[in-house]
Amino acid sequence: MAMAIKLSLILLFFTSLLLIPTTLSLFQDQVGLMDWHQRYIGKVKHAVFHTQKAGRKRVVVSTEENVIASLDLRRGEIFWRHVLGADDVIDKIDIALGKYVITLSSEGSILRAWNLPDGQMVWESFLSGSKSSKALLTVPVNLKVDLDSPIFVYGGGCLHAISSIDGEYLWKKDFATEGSVDIHQLILPGGSDVIHAVGVTDSSQFDTYEIDVKNGGLLKHTSASFPGGIYGEILPVSGDRFVVLDASRSVLVLITINNGQIHLQQTHLSDLIHGSSENTVILPSKLSGIFSLKTDSSIIFIKVTDEGKFNVMEKVDKTVVVSDALALSEGEQAFALVQHGDSKIELSVRLVHDMSSNHLKETVKMDHERGFVHKIFINNYVRTDRSHGFRALIVMEDHSLLLLQQGEIVWTRDDGLASVIDVTTSELPVEKIGVSVAKVEHSLFEWLKGHMLKLKGALMLATPDEVAALQKIRLQSSQKNKMTRDHNGFRRLLILLTRAGKLYALHTGDGRVVWSTLLQSLRTTSQQQCAGLKLRQWQVPHHHALDNNPSVLVVGRCGLSLTSPSALSVVDAYTGKELQNLGSAHHSAVQVISLPFRDSTEQQLHLLIDADKRAHLYPTTPEAAHIFQRESENVYWYSVESEAGILRGYGVKKTHSSDTPSEYSYESRNLWSIVFPSESEKIIATVTRKPNEVVHTQAKVIADEDVMYKYISKNMLFVATVSPKASGPIGSATPDESVLVVYLVDTITGRILHRMTHLGSQGPVHAVLSENWVVYHYFNLRAHRYEISVIEIYDQSRAENKDVLKLIIGKHNLTTPISSYSRPEVTTKSQSYFFTHSVKAISVTSTAKGITSKHLLIGTIGDQVLALDKRFVDPRRSLNPTQAEKEEGLLPLTDALPIIPQSYVTHAFKVEGLRGIETIPAKLESTSLVFAYGVDLFYTRIAPSRTYDSLTEDFNYALLLLTIVALVVAIFVTWVLSERKDLQDKWR
Amino acid sequence: MAIILQTSKPNPPSLIPLLFIQFCFLSLLLCSSLAIATRDGSGYTINGRVKIPGFGDKGFGLPVKANNAKVILNGGQVTFLKPDGYFSFHNVPAGTHLIEVDVIGYLFSPVRVDVSARNPGKVQAALTETRRGLNELVLEPLREEQYYEIREPFNIMSIAKSPMGLMIGFMVLMVFLMPKLVENMDPEEIRKAQEEMRNQGVPSLANLMPGGTRSN
Repeated sequence: MAMAIKLSLILLFFTSLLLIPTTLSLFQDQVGLMDWHQRYIGKVKHAVFHTQKAGRKRVVVSTEENVIASLDLRRGEIFWRHVLGADDVIDKIDIALGKYVITLSSEGSILRAWNLPDGQMVWESFLSGSKSSKALLTVPVNLKVDLDSPIFVYGGGCLHAISSIDGEYLWKKDFATEGSVDIHQLILPGGSDVIHAVGVTDSSQFDTYEIDVKNGGLLKHTSASFPGGIYGEILPVSGDRFVVLDASRSVLVLITINNGQIHLQQTHLSDLIHGSSENTVILPSKLSGIFSLKTDSSIIFIKVTDEGKFNVMEKVDKTVVVSDALALSEGEQAFALVQHGDSKIELSVRLVHDMSSNHLKETVKMDHERGFVHKIFINNYVRTDRSHGFRALIVMEDHSLLLLQQGEIVWTRDDGLASVIDVTTSELPVEKIGVSVAKVEHSLFEWLKGHMLKLKGALMLATPDEVAALQKIRLQSSQKNKMTRDHNGFRRLLILLTRAGKLYALHTGDGRVVWSTLLQSLRTTSQQQCAGLKLRQWQVPHHHALDNNPSVLVVGRCGLSLTSPSALSVVDAYTGKELQNLGSAHHSAVQVISLPFRDSTEQQLHLLIDADKRAHLYPTTPEAAHIFQRESENVYWYSVESEAGILRGYGVKKTHSSDTPSEYSYESRNLWSIVFPSESEKIIATVTRKPNEVVHTQAKVIADEDVMYKYISKNMLFVATVSPKASGPIGSATPDESVLVVYLVDTITGRILHRMTHLGSQGPVHAVLSENWVVYHYFNLRAHRYEISVIEIYDQSRAENKDVLKLIIGKHNLTTPISSYSRPEVTTKSQSYFFTHSVKAISVTSTAKGITSKHLLIGTIGDQVLALDKRFVDPRRSLNPTQAEKEEGLLPLTDALPIIPQSYVTHAFKVEGLRGIETIPAKLESTSLVFAYGVDLFYTRIAPSRTYDSLTEDFNYALLLLTIVALVVAIFVTWVLSERKDLQDKWR
Repeated sequence: MAIILQTSKPNPPSLIPLLFIQFCFLSLLLCSSLAIATRDGSGYTINGRVKIPGFGDKGFGLPVKANNAKVILNGGQVTFLKPDGYFSFHNVPAGTHLIEVDVIGYLFSPVRVDVSARNPGKVQAALTETRRGLNELVLEPLREEQYYEIREPFNIMSIAKSPMGLMIGFMVLMVFLMPKLVENMDPEEIRKAQEEMRNQGVPSLANLMPGGTRSN
């Protein structure tokens, strides 16, 4: 091992001699060799089918990740998709003219049309309103006004008519002039030229407006007051009938409009249903003549008769999910119900006019790891015998999307992976010894064949078929997809926690899902809303507990506030089984701290800090408590209160006070606090070092053989603050009123190691802290460009050790332990560079021993990940580096950082909606595994100083063999020649 | 423009200046008064245009990659391009803003846009990378981005330059050059050297060979 390190050091020295900074580059035929890219859309909110015409059948969906996408209905693949801005939430979608997808977003203020086949935006209209209101979209099917088909949009308190051909405004009706009415429904009776808008004023008066579709003129306005007040939304039952609940949610009101008169008819819920009716809501499914109520225990379908009477038709369980009505033919409507069984779901389709029997009933087997059905959308098709067949798109609890047809699951999409919250990794099991000879022979043959093909390819002799075969062999190399640990540490499990509370394990070789578990402790129930927070390594067996599988700890929260109780569970990393469900803990979890201690079964000790600043120790075993008590003096943590602008440091109180709830809870004591003046500074970013980062050496040899000592502390915190005025987006503050201040704080003592002010700069700040440096990205308002700054911090107290004489006499302090309390003198060096792009995330490569040079991984606004050599952001770069500095590898100073297209690690892919970049060291020192996640997932491995410790993927073994053979042949030939010559010499 | 640039196929370098000239010519012709900002409601509207060589001037039929073009205001607000490359941001407050264009395969400079509150409609725009002012908000890529290394076609030199090639080359050199050197040497000296070698007992190459027992 030592030998290997020495060798690698020599090689590193060799590579660092190369003055050109290394760029990671890839040939086009290497795509997919060591990377994979998966595209997702997120949890579907709305779906519109487009199956009328012959040709490709598709479904257009909008999702909670704010994606609008067109999916292939046959396979579930994405035809096209767009990710809208975070503050541009999609409200409604529809299809107009059979060729445009219409989206309404930003609370009804932006209307866009997308070309259905290719997703190109056709037009965009901005609808200005006078107040914020709900957004409604109505796309009439067969309405023509002067050769134009208008779209009606209600948003911002105004009704707009927009041409669906080019997005031109036709007319606008502002309801603000009519008082503070809130429109709930837009109804367009078939065949008429009048649009009905139904709304409520001050939740005590019903209003209906009849508006001319041609010019927006108000034809008729009727109103009726209802002193009881209303709850929720008005639901249309038929063209002139509406139902709504009163404010107490105990009275059902039927509104009938007859000859311009509004009739109100009240019915007590207790007359219709028995039992409690406290949380009754009207479900928004629009079915003609029927509506559905959801109570605490069940869903009730109620028919409204022609006389205005309510008839309870059916009661079903409350877990049943109801779809919207689907018009089949003249006056006929169908809707679908989904009911849960044990590991199966029952889908039934009913006709509205004939509720008594199921038109269609199918039972589909369903993986129980997908949870409950959350939403259902149905679509029909005409079978060969002219009867109606149905397909249903269902959205599950784990956010996956499934298409059901004829009792089968046609396709599934694991769209829960679009909302990854936290990532960790796990090693794979060790390979069992004992491999059959036949297998070895086979693989040897395959190996040789592959290399012969490669050689052919290199010599340009391969036929196109062979080239294709070669590419296939390279992509489907069985080596990289094995379920066992490999020597280089490339094969691993990526464990992902998603917003749905589902845990996925992905294989790094090809990105397939190895297992997935819907965590029972994080399932949202009707009582509480649970969500995952953090994912930590719980048990990583090395020596004593090698028989155990590794496991991970999932920390979640049940409830919306910070003080809500936490939920913990431990999951086996190989199988996905929930080993321990620590259930709803009695305390909250604000912070999760992984302590650097392990118990005898190699379980990592964790501290959960609750809202009362009390520390709770996990695992709750006497052994863990014993270890913790022994080390409690050295346990420190800190909290950031961004709102108040306070940093606080804590330690564990030694004395066990009597009011702690259990023996594994500890009181904390406040050690220090830093209060930022709230009128001038607001905390916008804090970053620490990765706890598992390895630093190879503290010393840094610089030009003229001088040594600088890095200040390496695991307890360094980077804090960025801006003046409160400049905390908004760019353009909201002038350069004079915005100041960015950055700090380096020691979190044990609260000592401020360094403070720096950037005048005329503002956030957002993205930063990464590693070894002894921090790199951060912010916006410089004076230059109006983004900047990346670097601060490197050095330990000055060790600087005198350069004196050789002192070292010989022993007057050095190299053996004194490093402690935060020793307060060493530090010096810093810093430099700023311009950077072209906005940034979404910054990370840095990490390797097993920390020897390899580092690359910054910058997630740009274009959702790409750029690898930038750390040497570009060296604070010691100068305009004219001396010869010695050049030899050291220092680059001449430039004002901007270069963007080299070949060094995008995502190459031609985009990780849409990029949120985070995770790096994991491989066992091979030169290589770092990179996982970027957002709506998409992307994985690759990179070698910042090139793979100096292994042969590259495209190393030509065949050429090597050929050379050896050629050499041997040449030796024989020369030997024969020399023999002959010898003989001739002797005859002479 | 009929010619569509594709990164998958490397373009002959002579094509790009040609395109550029064609392009300048076109933009001269198209010099429409592109209003950058107009007042509407509470804020201003910024209108602009993105021009990519090959991004069609007429309707659909765009290169697939331009399909996912995005324009981003101040690192947050996102809009998309219309088929003719136009885009607009609505409800923008007065102040200095930053517009970025994201089209995969191209590098665009961010643009600084000043929307003046005092004299409405007056707008200044400048590329932040090159500090070049813009008369109208027509954004063009600084360069095309090639994400892949181009694999050099097979040539004998690359093989010859590889370590194995050098090895073979050296060997061939020795085979042909060494006898020449030996010939030019004084036969006496050679005999002396051979004598010395034998005395030292250095195993000669031939001894290592199978059946290579030389009888002198």
